[in-house]
Amino acid sequence: MFKKSYGEQHITYRELFKKGDLATKLSFIIMGSANFANKQFVKGCIFLAVEVGFFAWFIQNGIHALGMLQTLGTKKQGLHYDANLGIDVLQKGDNSMLLLLFGIAAILLCVVMIVMYIVNLRSTRHIYEVKAAGEPVATFKQDMSSLLNERFHMTLMTIPLLGVLFFTILPLLYMISIAFTNYDHVHLPPKNLFTWVGFSNFGNVITGDMASTFFPVLSWTLIWAVFATVTCFFFGVILALLINTKGIKFKKMWRTIFVLTIAVPQFISLLVMHNLLNDAGPINALLKNWGVISTSIPFLTDPTLAKISIIVVNMWIGIPTTMLISTGIIQNLDQEQIEAAEMDGANKLQIFKSITFPQILFVMMPSLIQQFIGNINNFNVIFLLTGGGPSNSNYYGAGSTDLLVTWLYNLTVNTMDYNLASVIGILIFILSAVFSLWAYTHTNSYKEG
Amino acid sequence: MEAKAKNYKAKKRNTRFLVYAILTIMSIIWLFPIVWIVLTSFRSEGGAFVPYIMPKDFTLNNYKILLTDATGNFPFVRWFLNTFVVATFSCLLSTFITIAMAYALSRLRFKMRRPILKIALVLNMFPGFMSMIAVYYILKALDLTQSLVALVLIYSAGAALGFYVAKGFFDTIPMALDESAMIDGANKWQIFTKITLPLSKPIIVYTALMAFMGPWMDFIFAKIIMGDDVKDYTVAIGLYSMMSKTTANSLFMSFTAGCVLIAIPITLLFIYMQKYYVEGITSGSVK
Repeated sequence: MFKKSYGEQHITYRELFKKGDLATKLSFIIMGSANFANKQFVKGCIFLAVEVGFFAWFIQNGIHALGMLQTLGTKKQGLHYDANLGIDVLQKGDNSMLLLLFGIAAILLCVVMIVMYIVNLRSTRHIYEVKAAGEPVATFKQDMSSLLNERFHMTLMTIPLLGVLFFTILPLLYMISIAFTNYDHVHLPPKNLFTWVGFSNFGNVITGDMASTFFPVLSWTLIWAVFATVTCFFFGVILALLINTKGIKFKKMWRTIFVLTIAVPQFISLLVMHNLLNDAGPINALLKNWGVISTSIPFLTDPTLAKISIIVVNMWIGIPTTMLISTGIIQNLDQEQIEAAEMDGANKLQIFKSITFPQILFVMMPSLIQQFIGNINNFNVIFLLTGGGPSNSNYYGAGSTDLLVTWLYNLTVNTMDYNLASVIGILIFILSAVFSLWAYTHTNSYKEG
Repeated sequence: MEAKAKNYKAKKRNTRFLVYAILTIMSIIWLFPIVWIVLTSFRSEGGAFVPYIMPKDFTLNNYKILLTDATGNFPFVRWFLNTFVVATFSCLLSTFITIAMAYALSRLRFKMRRPILKIALVLNMFPGFMSMIAVYYILKALDLTQSLVALVLIYSAGAALGFYVAKGFFDTIPMALDESAMIDGANKWQIFTKITLPLSKPIIVYTALMAFMGPWMDFIFAKIIMGDDVKDYTVAIGLYSMMSKTTANSLFMSFTAGCVLIAIPITLLFIYMQKYYVEGITSGSVK
């Protein structure tokens, strides 16, 4: 446990190569040699297998995959004249999309290989240092047990991190690269190929044709995120305070009623809301029956009203969550302070304004920031409630209530402008990142997290 | 003095009355859509829209249509089982992954710890759909599209980056506990399994609950992965597919019946586990 670790002062790899014996020197070329020489057969085999496997793959597929990254394919699918046969034959052609994906995967595999190579060198160096200190080299059994102790983090994290590498990082790199290509509805592989175009997509979105859609959608996204976060927070806190008022009975029952809306899956509650608010839906029917209105209120078909409806419906969904979180905080508030203020003659509003609310706000700041970013990316509410509608003829591929994310979705699924979609994705990321960074430097509680 | 006390009491009673009134009105607003959907699921007459709330006739027929699936286009029972299988496996896998990541990043100290925390924060800021299409092609390369395995993989792989809430919880367990166990000769594996895990029931339950509910509620990933493979749909996309333009009117009541059948177990589970949910979100966000 308290054995002196060799971690602090290592010799450099150059020195290692100079001073090491043959097996050590060989490790620089044949991974695992030093392990074999010191009877760490299992480890040695793993290193060797990785190396052999990598080079077999690299020669067979890797070189080709990396080479194709440059052009993203040159052979179009279609009929080509075959001189030998004297007729046109159908040529299979390249597929830029797959070439790009495989190319990026190949780069990642090379990175994994480099990491393994360094691990191999470190293992070699470790053996060298242990032997230099005159101590026995760890056996396989000892290595295994170190995976449950000093190197326990590796045991826990290897599989999750591999998942992240191939299901998050690889797709992200792929989509980021798409932003620099002309992969849109006229360049759909395999019939047509796409190629690198540099920053022109960004120019198109920010100053070109797309700007007249991008900026209105962006401003609505921001307005929506601010309103959605603030209304849910503010009314959620008030609701929690109401339920926690002294002398109110059945506290648990009240809470359960509101919690129901978190528990019901969103695709159900939002589709139901969509139906309730329909021009021919029950709410309009009810209001007509009561004689309040004579024509249907266009809750979801008038651009402005649709935006208001979305924010209101979101309150219905979001307030209970804030209520739950702030209930926990309210129950831990310093009651003596509040009672003292009451004695001094402060009314409820004053207590709320200067004691309760600031404290809750302070504690909830990090979760508010998360909610704000979550709202920028709130796909469900828009997609299931209005579907982005009502449609707007001034916009390209977006409706009046589309957020940047739902616009991104439309651009991929409906209009197939993948390049624009990934530019939007990158811009959303920059938006979220800038905001979090700003928040990170401006709130104390966030820093500690 | 006495008058003042009386006045104070009366004021208190008034506020209490006001609070009850507000809570009642809000409850009605909050329950209205839920009550409406339950009523509609038992309605025998009309289509998607009728100009009244209370059904004129009650029937169980909507449920029967849903569960027997005479047309073969909307196999609800099958969707339900699909989702249950996906939810169970995703729940097991992603709970394991989340807890492992959170524990390692919270309680263990190693060189890559800070970089990993930062990278995860950055990766979480990219919108999920951005990778959706690429994930689809990766799964296609693995020959896994339109299968339930693909869904389990996607839901669990995403779990590795959702460790922040659980990490927040582990951060609150005093380090002194680990240190004293270490002095007693426990290794890190033993500390993890014998000390930390038993203390972490709320966060494990929270993680499992969220992971189990995810597949029931997820809509967009399932839609992209499954495409037109109706029999492998999960309930979310299945029910949504019932609301397509041609079937929306005729199937509306069966759709609401399906919603009720899904919402009841999820809601009960949620209400039962509410305590853990609250502890989970508060421990994760509150410092």
